[in-house]
Amino acid sequence: MSSWLDYTINGLIVGNVYALVAVGLALIFGVSRLINFAQGSIYLVGAYIGWVAVVQLHTPLPLTIIVVAAAAALVGLVIERFGLRPLQNSVRIAPLLATIGISFVLDQLVMLTFSPNPRALPSQLPDVRFQVGGGTIGPLDLLIAGVGLTSALLLFVFLRYSKLGWAVRAASQDRDAAMQMGVDVNRVNQAVFGIAAALGGVSGMLVGMYYNQIDTAMSLQATLKGVVAEVVGGAGNVPGAVIGSLLLGLVESYGVAVFGTSYRNLFAFLLLVVVLVLRPNGLFASARQAPPEPLTGTFIAPSRPLRIPRWALLAAAAIFALLPLLPVSFYVLQTLINAWLLGMLALSLTLVAGTIGQVSLGHAALLAIGAYTSALLSLSAAVPVGLAIIAGGLMSAALGTILISPSFRLRGHYVSIATLAIGEIVSLVILNWESVTRGPIGISGIPPLSLFGYDLVSPASIYWFSFAVMVALALLQARLLGSHLGRSFRAIRDDDIAARAYGLSLNRYKSLAFIFGGFAAGVSGGIAAHLYSYINHETFNTQQSILALTVVILGGLGNVVGAVVGSVALVGLPELFRIAAEYRILIYGIVLLLLVRFRPQGLLGTI
Amino acid sequence: MAPMLTLRGLTRRFGGLTAVDAIDLDLAKGELVSIIGPNSAGKTTLFNLVTGHDRPDAGAVLFEERDVTALSPETLAARGIARTFQLGRVFANLSVMDNILIGAHTRLRAVRPAVPVIGPLIELGLALLRPASVKAEEERLREEVKIILARFGERLLPRIDQPAYSLSYANRRRVEIARALALKPRLLLLDEPTAGMNPSETAEMQGLVAELKAEGLTILLIEHKLEMVMRLSDRVVVMDEGKKIAEGAGEAVRNDPKVIEAYLGHGLSGAAEQESAA
Ligand SMILES: Nc1ncnc2c1ncn2[C@@H]1O[C@H](COP(=O)(O)OP(=O)(O)OP(=O)(O)O)[C@@H](O)[C@H]1O
Ligand SMILES: [Mg+2]
Repeated sequence: MSSWLDYTINGLIVGNVYALVAVGLALIFGVSRLINFAQGSIYLVGAYIGWVAVVQLHTPLPLTIIVVAAAAALVGLVIERFGLRPLQNSVRIAPLLATIGISFVLDQLVMLTFSPNPRALPSQLPDVRFQVGGGTIGPLDLLIAGVGLTSALLLFVFLRYSKLGWAVRAASQDRDAAMQMGVDVNRVNQAVFGIAAALGGVSGMLVGMYYNQIDTAMSLQATLKGVVAEVVGGAGNVPGAVIGSLLLGLVESYGVAVFGTSYRNLFAFLLLVVVLVLRPNGLFASARQAPPEPLTGTFIAPSRPLRIPRWALLAAAAIFALLPLLPVSFYVLQTLINAWLLGMLALSLTLVAGTIGQVSLGHAALLAIGAYTSALLSLSAAVPVGLAIIAGGLMSAALGTILISPSFRLRGHYVSIATLAIGEIVSLVILNWESVTRGPIGISGIPPLSLFGYDLVSPASIYWFSFAVMVALALLQARLLGSHLGRSFRAIRDDDIAARAYGLSLNRYKSLAFIFGGFAAGVSGGIAAHLYSYINHETFNTQQSILALTVVILGGLGNVVGAVVGSVALVGLPELFRIAAEYRILIYGIVLLLLVRFRPQGLLGTI
Repeated sequence: MAPMLTLRGLTRRFGGLTAVDAIDLDLAKGELVSIIGPNSAGKTTLFNLVTGHDRPDAGAVLFEERDVTALSPETLAARGIARTFQLGRVFANLSVMDNILIGAHTRLRAVRPAVPVIGPLIELGLALLRPASVKAEEERLREEVKIILARFGERLLPRIDQPAYSLSYANRRRVEIARALALKPRLLLLDEPTAGMNPSETAEMQGLVAELKAEGLTILLIEHKLEMVMRLSDRVVVMDEGKKIAEGAGEAVRNDPKVIEAYLGHGLSGAAEQESAA
């Protein structure tokens, strides 16, 4: 019995921490209808500033909290001023992508400054536990509860009694009306980002102290948890975010109590998907509401795609096909093989995110499904590798589509959240389903690529194989875009309400897009598995999803040639300039930010 | 003859506001009925209820004697109901041709065989393989689009391959109507088709609607420009604050004191809007 009380206390404390993140997300969503994917990075920054303050500057606890809050708030203000304000008049997808880019840049900066190794963050509090009822509670628990309550109180007073707080509330109720009444939206945004960042930073520091450990992986987890809590409570609803956070904390804590620690996140993301499907407006949303008619303003920037003449494409294909015959180094072929594998993933994502407008952030999960299917079939069932890869593609198409289908009724930013969560669920299932996936050990000894009984071991043969597969997939996709499905997908992207009015079923066509795209991604994952010979649940991670998204934006949404060009550019250029691996992700983040700001239609244009 | 469209007690509430309040309406085949009323009277919401974009809190919609209340928009489109949107909802990145081909989507047969369960997969396969029947169907529809566009004179035909976002406002409205015609609708709902058009463009549009009516199309029209309403309508329905306050022949309705009061009571907002929009 006593342990249940402990789990409850633990759940509430963790919930309290989530609340600090989620309240910030809710404030930002309230005034700018934006899900700030950089919130977790601010939390990460807060944790590391806390570490600097405690371990190096030896600041007393109250000062530590103030330093962290102030520094994090500053980061928030910088993000608002330089990352988001310039995008105010751009399409709705732009700020979403910008926050993703900012998050990658911040995470990488922290990682480069402090190294990716975990560090201990001492709590500066006496290590005693008090007996409460059947459980125990420590000073840190009380501190977290105290910080949570104080922040809530301060926020309440600010929103209710200050002039700026009034402006924030007005802007979140009706932005246009507030602007007409003279509310300065920039000031409101500043206030909201500053507060959200301060809360997020303090939250990161407290979590670091609670687990006495900080590391750079905290960022994505925090964003995900905060978003889960916020969506459960109803996006933009501040009290809802608090309740959603406590609920999430409890669900996780009880889940851990019953099933074990490795299930913690699985419960969080399942909760998210269930809420998104059953009550997309949150648990506390009022009666059903049709979106009022306006909702115009496309999600995606209008553009005129660049037409590349057919002979130029043929010439380029011929040059790349003949490349292994020229005296090029093994290293060049290796790099291009990576580009072709990424190209297949990008083809898949450009169809899903670009052509039909479902900005998926969990696309690497499709790689994982294809890779595991192909690896396991060839290892355990001795299926020939070529067939196993095709089976991987089919499995990815089928399973991926089924898993993503709960997100089909969502729009815009919610799709991104749902796909991110579904991607995490896939990786957690791979981790926990040991009897099939061999769990954390991963799968080793995957047979090498082979075709009709011949092993492809020379770099040239692997190069040709992956290039040929990618070209075949690209041609198939180009053919698809030229059919009635191409225009149907694009119509759904441009205006799903008008599309439905003309008989286009969203479920049907989103499924078809994911089936087609899932196949390409699954084949890419399958080939990768046989190339790497070892895979585990972390081989295909969010970084690859974001890299693919950057490729897609770089090439131009929905643009088949652009996806290939983007892959070669993003894989090849860092190699060409010999950029060290740890700086690459930083560069991808910066590229994404610059693209969103200066060329949202990408190099070759949206199709 | 049984009416084509029947509304009975149709009601939709948003929180405390009753946007559509127990509306009854019968529309015979080939009839053109106009719905007028001051701003926020509930006209667009009524359209949303009829076309499945919103679900009523009470009441029923019957189309061709079948209950279609709260069916999905895509089902209703397949049954032959087409609509345009008040604020214009063309597919911005699609060419004029593609926009209008989407209008004909429900009429695709060769490429969308009515097979249960695996129908979508067959559709995908046919789209990639494109056998002769699919190609022929696509060609036929493309020819048809050109015939529809010819109705608008030289307004759209020269721009057939341009993306819709590059069109003028009036041309986008025309694309919307062309898209609706491509569905070969049995019932056409037009939500302020002339909003934002100048007098000569309005006259052109009025001519087109008159033509469609003469061809026997059944039309429900929301329009603020009373001149046009009076000329085109077989009957006029007046809404105010969600309720039907008058119904009948144009002139009779126009002189109805209740109608005059509704317009005056709202500061002539309907008429004022019409001036400012134009
Ligand atoms: N989705 C919605 N949520 C809340 N209220 C809504 C919604 N849609 C419409 N309303 C409200 O319902 C009322 C009727 O709106 P509607 O758009 O149907 O009016 P209308 O007669 O078409 O006006 P107009 O001539 O300006 O187009 C308005 O008060 C509007 O604010
Ligand atoms: Mg209206």
